[in-house]
Amino acid sequence: MIGIASYGAYIPLWRLKREAISEGGRGEKSVGNFDEDSLTMAVSATIHSLEGVDRNKVGGLLFASTTFPYKEKQAANIVAAASDLPKEMFTVDVANSLRGGTSAFKLAADMVKAESVKKIVVVASDCRLGFPGSSFEQNCGDGAGAVVIGNTDVAVEIEAVLSVYNQLIDIWRADEDIFIRSWEDRFVQDGYIKTVEETVQAFMKKYKVEPKDISKAIFYTPDMRGLGELAVKLGFNPKTQLQDPLFAVMGNTGTAYSLMLLIAALEDAKAGDRILWTGYGDGCDVFLLKVTEEIERLRGQKGIRRHLESKQYIKDYLTYLEWKRLLSRRGIKLPAEEVSMTALRRDWDEVIRFYGSRCKSCGTIQFPPQRACTKCHTIDKFERIRLSDQKAKLFTFTIDFVTDPIDKQMLVSVVDFDCGGRAVLIMSDRDLKKIKIGMPLEMSFRKLFYNKEQGIHNYFWRSIPERIR
Amino acid sequence: MEGIRDRVAIIGMGCTNFGELWDKSQDDLMIDACKEALEDAGVERKDIQAAWLGTAMGGLLGMRLARALKMDYIPVTRVENLCTTGTDAMRQACYAVAAGLYDLVLVCGVEKLKDTPPAMAGSLEFPYSTKVVPGLPPASGYALLANRYFYHYNISPEEGKELLAKIAVKNHHNGSLSPKAHFQREITLEQALRAPMIAYPLGLFDCCGLSDGAAAAVVTRADIAKNFRDDYVLVKAIQLVSGAYERPLQNEGDFVHFEENVIAAKKAYEEAGIANPRKEIDVANVHDCFTITEMVIYEDLGFSPRGQAKEDVNAGTFTLGGELPVNTDGGLKCFGHPFGASGLRMMYEIYKQLQDKAGPRQVKNARIGLTHNLAGTPRESSVCGISILGGRD
Repeated sequence: MIGIASYGAYIPLWRLKREAISEGGRGEKSVGNFDEDSLTMAVSATIHSLEGVDRNKVGGLLFASTTFPYKEKQAANIVAAASDLPKEMFTVDVANSLRGGTSAFKLAADMVKAESVKKIVVVASDCRLGFPGSSFEQNCGDGAGAVVIGNTDVAVEIEAVLSVYNQLIDIWRADEDIFIRSWEDRFVQDGYIKTVEETVQAFMKKYKVEPKDISKAIFYTPDMRGLGELAVKLGFNPKTQLQDPLFAVMGNTGTAYSLMLLIAALEDAKAGDRILWTGYGDGCDVFLLKVTEEIERLRGQKGIRRHLESKQYIKDYLTYLEWKRLLSRRGIKLPAEEVSMTALRRDWDEVIRFYGSRCKSCGTIQFPPQRACTKCHTIDKFERIRLSDQKAKLFTFTIDFVTDPIDKQMLVSVVDFDCGGRAVLIMSDRDLKKIKIGMPLEMSFRKLFYNKEQGIHNYFWRSIPERIR
Repeated sequence: MEGIRDRVAIIGMGCTNFGELWDKSQDDLMIDACKEALEDAGVERKDIQAAWLGTAMGGLLGMRLARALKMDYIPVTRVENLCTTGTDAMRQACYAVAAGLYDLVLVCGVEKLKDTPPAMAGSLEFPYSTKVVPGLPPASGYALLANRYFYHYNISPEEGKELLAKIAVKNHHNGSLSPKAHFQREITLEQALRAPMIAYPLGLFDCCGLSDGAAAAVVTRADIAKNFRDDYVLVKAIQLVSGAYERPLQNEGDFVHFEENVIAAKKAYEEAGIANPRKEIDVANVHDCFTITEMVIYEDLGFSPRGQAKEDVNAGTFTLGGELPVNTDGGLKCFGHPFGASGLRMMYEIYKQLQDKAGPRQVKNARIGLTHNLAGTPRESSVCGISILGGRD
């Protein structure tokens, strides 16, 4: 049996009410903080999916997105390293299509089937930008979903798959575009409904599936308009069989959307349920999935619901634009901090895997890792310890009002890890009114800055208030 | 370990005005400070046998001092130890004299900060690094201390802010009596409390300024000091202690004191033969880069019992007319902090106090004075430099 052995998701803390973008906007969308991008969200989702999974059994990671930080530099390996997955592993980026999430899922399942790997992570993450004020800006949310596919502990079996491709240029971004482009709305709608309808019909015919066999049908949807019509056309009851597209509370999360909707469906699924699952973009992927008893094991995963429940609203639309680097209110630029690639090569495990050192003589944990122990002074007798999944407490803090033009009230935290050890980190996703010495914290992989001159995205860990217990 | 108590004497000192000295170059500042020091000592440049130049950001080479003053073919060493630079330059000069290598040496500390944009973010990391350690201004580093101090001693943020404001008001009062200070105006408690926030809880008036300045000293052997002047000043102790990143690496690092201060003070008191600092020290100039720093220094140096600086601040113990006047010239608060110059500027004030030449700031019967510098910030490690000076018996 091949299928999903574990899942995890990540939705940023922040929400923007659509009425903040333009009058009449309904609901809200999820928005990544200024220190988040597709890569950082993918790390959070991957780590959540690895809860209860032996990392050493994982043989690969596929990362799908249309908003990778680099055109030439793999993102999957950074996600793998930040998630502290083994070094000997297959990694690949699946790029350029909104269907990338389900495409990567199929690839990964086939790799397990071919016995090339035993367990493999599929993560999809996106943070697409619509032109300010456009319907795309209204519709698009930020988020990530991840699943671990394997041939043991399968909670969701893959029963059948069908893929078609097409040449529809409906929604796109050119090489240098920041914002989504599209042909006219009705054309986009028509292409979407026709493609998905035809593919699902073909799928149901080929595998002899009828709508009544399906507990939940999950459709990727560019927006809310065509979804009900599509479900009816295919013979599904929109009220009972259709997965809520989470449009009112999250928005379309691009490549990650299908995976995230699947995870949302799995949170309510029970053994024996059959799920019809689609991915859309440049064609369509359709899957038939069957939920097993193992689903009960995953009830505690950090998935969609608890992320949606944990939220905070962005102050206003201008702040949103600033976070997305579309506006600079102060006109102040931080002096570009040049990242040394030689230093990064040496410190990779410290910076990306967030390893501290533990003294083998006295057990003291130090971050950054030290060759000499601060307590017993032993030299060169230490082992590494992963700090990224350690809980911590706030020891002391300050709010810096002068340093960062975007993080205008930058919270500097001195954190004491519950396992021992200490680090000085910037705190993200914080509510200044709720900062208290002793408050519980967790670690989150973030983008510190983008150095435009170097073309380098600088990633590291930050503390955040404990978000989901 | 034998110290240098009473083996070295200061026979001349100079100090420029501190401030935004747009019309003075670094060379001008060195020349002005050294000229005053040499004239005060009554010696000439040709008599100087060796020199030390303390500057943190002022460029490579001690030779800069020789070039400015045209001191031909003597050894000149550049010293850098950030905020303790001036004190460390003095320490090395004193040791060379105490070792009997030279009879007459010159020490100059200078910093010309206002020729460049305020670029120094305060990060002590290597220039070529991964840049993942946040480059914080010193204010943020010391604010970490303030918040923990308030929490540790159960002081409300409002009460804490007011305690800090009292220190700023005291130092500004002293600065108003200092013709060489950058800021010579008094401030009110209200002003200090209402100032814009820099790094919570530290507001503008909790932070020292950014200034240009230089100070210099002429140092000789104690046994020949009387050949130069009667009211020479003896070096009773000079000590420097460097942390090794204990505070940010160990969970025990409490962020309510600086172990570097405590150990440097202990060594300096031993060297100078001081048993009860609060009683025996008559005047002190300490490193008030931020008001919270001065508050913690009171405790670290044994002026106040641990955790009780609050009582002394409220009692006015450290005001000009108090039991132990601290930062009589206005401190870093009013002079700003040109790193290389600050330690020597503090010694200049103590030197004048011990000679009874401090004018309206004069502390009565000042016989023993202390200077204190602290480099680094609480989020890193610190370097503490302390000197204890005394009038001749």
